[in-house]
Amino acid sequence: MKQFLGFVRKEFYHIFRDYRTLLILFGMPVVQLLIFGFALTNDIKNARIAILDYSKDNITRKLTQKILSSGYFILAENLDNEAGIEAAFKQGNIKQVLIFESGFAEKIERDGTASLQILADASDPNVAKILTNYTTAIVSDFQKELLAEKKLPIEVKTEVQMLYNAQLESVFMFVPGVITVLLLLISAMMTSISIAREKELGTMEVLLVSPLRPIQIIVGKVVPYVFLAFVIALVILVLGYFVFGVPVRGSLALLLGYSIVYILLALSLGIFISSVVTSQQIAMMISMVALMLPTIMLSGFIFPIENMPLPLQWVSHIIPAKWFIIVIRGIMLKGIGVQYLWKETIILFGMIAVFIGLSVRNFKTRLE
Amino acid sequence: MRTILFILQKEFLQIFRNRMMLPIIFVMPVIQLLILANAATYEIKTIRTCIVDMDQSPSSRELVSKFKGSSFYRIVGYSFSYEKAEQDIEKGAADLIIQIPPDFEKDLVNEKEAAVSLVVNAINGSAASLVNAYTLAIVRDFNMNLVTEMTHRKVKQPIGIEYSYWFNPELNYQTYMVPGILVMLVTLVAFFLSGMNVVREKEIGTIEQINVTPIQKYQFIAGKLVPFWIIAMFELAFGLVIAKIFFNIPIVGSVGLVFGVAAIFLVAVLALGLIISTVSDTMQQSMFLTWFFMVVFILMSGLFTAVDSMPEWARAINVINPIAYFIEIIRMVMLKGSGLKNIFHQLVALIIYAFAALSVAVWRYKKVA
Repeated sequence: MKQFLGFVRKEFYHIFRDYRTLLILFGMPVVQLLIFGFALTNDIKNARIAILDYSKDNITRKLTQKILSSGYFILAENLDNEAGIEAAFKQGNIKQVLIFESGFAEKIERDGTASLQILADASDPNVAKILTNYTTAIVSDFQKELLAEKKLPIEVKTEVQMLYNAQLESVFMFVPGVITVLLLLISAMMTSISIAREKELGTMEVLLVSPLRPIQIIVGKVVPYVFLAFVIALVILVLGYFVFGVPVRGSLALLLGYSIVYILLALSLGIFISSVVTSQQIAMMISMVALMLPTIMLSGFIFPIENMPLPLQWVSHIIPAKWFIIVIRGIMLKGIGVQYLWKETIILFGMIAVFIGLSVRNFKTRLE
Repeated sequence: MRTILFILQKEFLQIFRNRMMLPIIFVMPVIQLLILANAATYEIKTIRTCIVDMDQSPSSRELVSKFKGSSFYRIVGYSFSYEKAEQDIEKGAADLIIQIPPDFEKDLVNEKEAAVSLVVNAINGSAASLVNAYTLAIVRDFNMNLVTEMTHRKVKQPIGIEYSYWFNPELNYQTYMVPGILVMLVTLVAFFLSGMNVVREKEIGTIEQINVTPIQKYQFIAGKLVPFWIIAMFELAFGLVIAKIFFNIPIVGSVGLVFGVAAIFLVAVLALGLIISTVSDTMQQSMFLTWFFMVVFILMSGLFTAVDSMPEWARAINVINPIAYFIEIIRMVMLKGSGLKNIFHQLVALIIYAFAALSVAVWRYKKVA
């Protein structure tokens, strides 16, 4: 036991004597959370549009007014003909063009209907869809005003309630996700290079001839990082709560407990990576190139997993971050307890066991 | 010149003698491209719906059958209590509850007005507003049917809207994402390879051997840049072929232009990596720094969320984000066929960027231990 404590102390020295790394470790998550919490959003404001009004009558002017005052759109230019549209799209100046046919008001008066054409730059399909949805909603609102005197004779009304996030704010979605991704990447990276580093610098031999057993070396490597990562987790949670107003509706103790479990998982993943590679560079390439994108994209952080094709949904099951995102969103936003999370709990612990087991097996006590 | 060639040879040997490196550089990004391009979608395909029909009348059943008939909705449960349905949302088994009150049909017949309540899981705000829009459209449809039945006359909307989606009429999301993901993978590999390089020589101690040779600063930096530049360009070409074969991505504009811009972009990225590498003491520091810039660059680049919707200051930060320029350019050229004239502004920015980063890299590298 005394030997083990000595080993843990050595690891702490390694970490704390490197001020730069420490600064990076604590500074980075904070900066990143602030940037992403404020900058990542799926709401679109101030999209630049062009308007081609062949009619220029009372109704088109009113409708244009209404569209531009909604806050979603800014008028980039008034067009006279359709010739300039393609060039403007290619330049990337505008996202959408509205075309009112000639004699707009007259046609509504005479035929009861006139046509409005929406051209959208769909090279970004998501933005195109959202903008046409906005426009459609504004136009149908406008129609209601036109028809104000003719109320529908019979109608089913709807009452909509947005659960957990009444204002539909993007931060509610992104802050728990950022915590999850940052914790995994930082923890896995920190540990993945620690064993590889000893191999590369040659100090591994010293450890191997010491009376420490492999499991002691591995646990000793993990312990200091658990503390570090837990402090980072706390900092992010506090920021999320005070800066972004993301609530913790469930039990805080439970949330912290799960955070520790998740940190352990990420660290054991890092240990596993470092036990199979020979150099720091490879360890880094694996924990960066192989972990970063799948963790961001397959965890449900940005893209909902339910919308992915089925095979990808299966692949997402092996992404540790996916399970923790379910847990952290559940506790923070839905305020649910363990009774709904037992499946995720078992999976998180199972993954830890697998990674630790594999690392101990891969840990070679002999030199090559 | 001969000196540079020898350094190049040394660098290539160093990269490829590690057998794990080759698959990491070439196979892993391609696999990720194939898999992740399918994952990137905001499109909503199924809305898992819980029905709480407390009326059980012909009218309420007709409304429910409207939802059953739509391909968007998958009914995951019927129940008579709202609490049970809400548990499904808490468990994560449902996204939407449609609750029809007990007097639905009676109200509809007597008062000519009845209410339905919709409860949406809104943790993902943008998805929730789409779910809401789809659902309201179905209820509006139901209303129109009711009116037609009652008055025997079709109700006409005064303004008919026609949509046309340019450059991507099917709203295929992969077309948009694949070029972006490709850029990101190429950047990842190039950035990390260059970011790890000089600092590795420092940590192992071989930098001193180089320092005592007559190699000039610019020769050293060139020797470090060129191998990674070649690898990254090759990787981009490889990725484009894969994108064409597997995803049938349209390349409307000029391929030559894409590679021309990529050549400049990669110089900027590699020089940035070298700067980080020369200011770091250990590979660990260098790794965390590269990672920090990489994550910020990627998430701010407009790859996943539109740059236009970011606040003013965030767009100001993007001035120093090379990935933002390149992703914008590659999307404009590949999807819209924009030419040199259209991307001129971004291209000039990239050239200035590459030049500045390269100068700093040469200046920062000092031939002293």
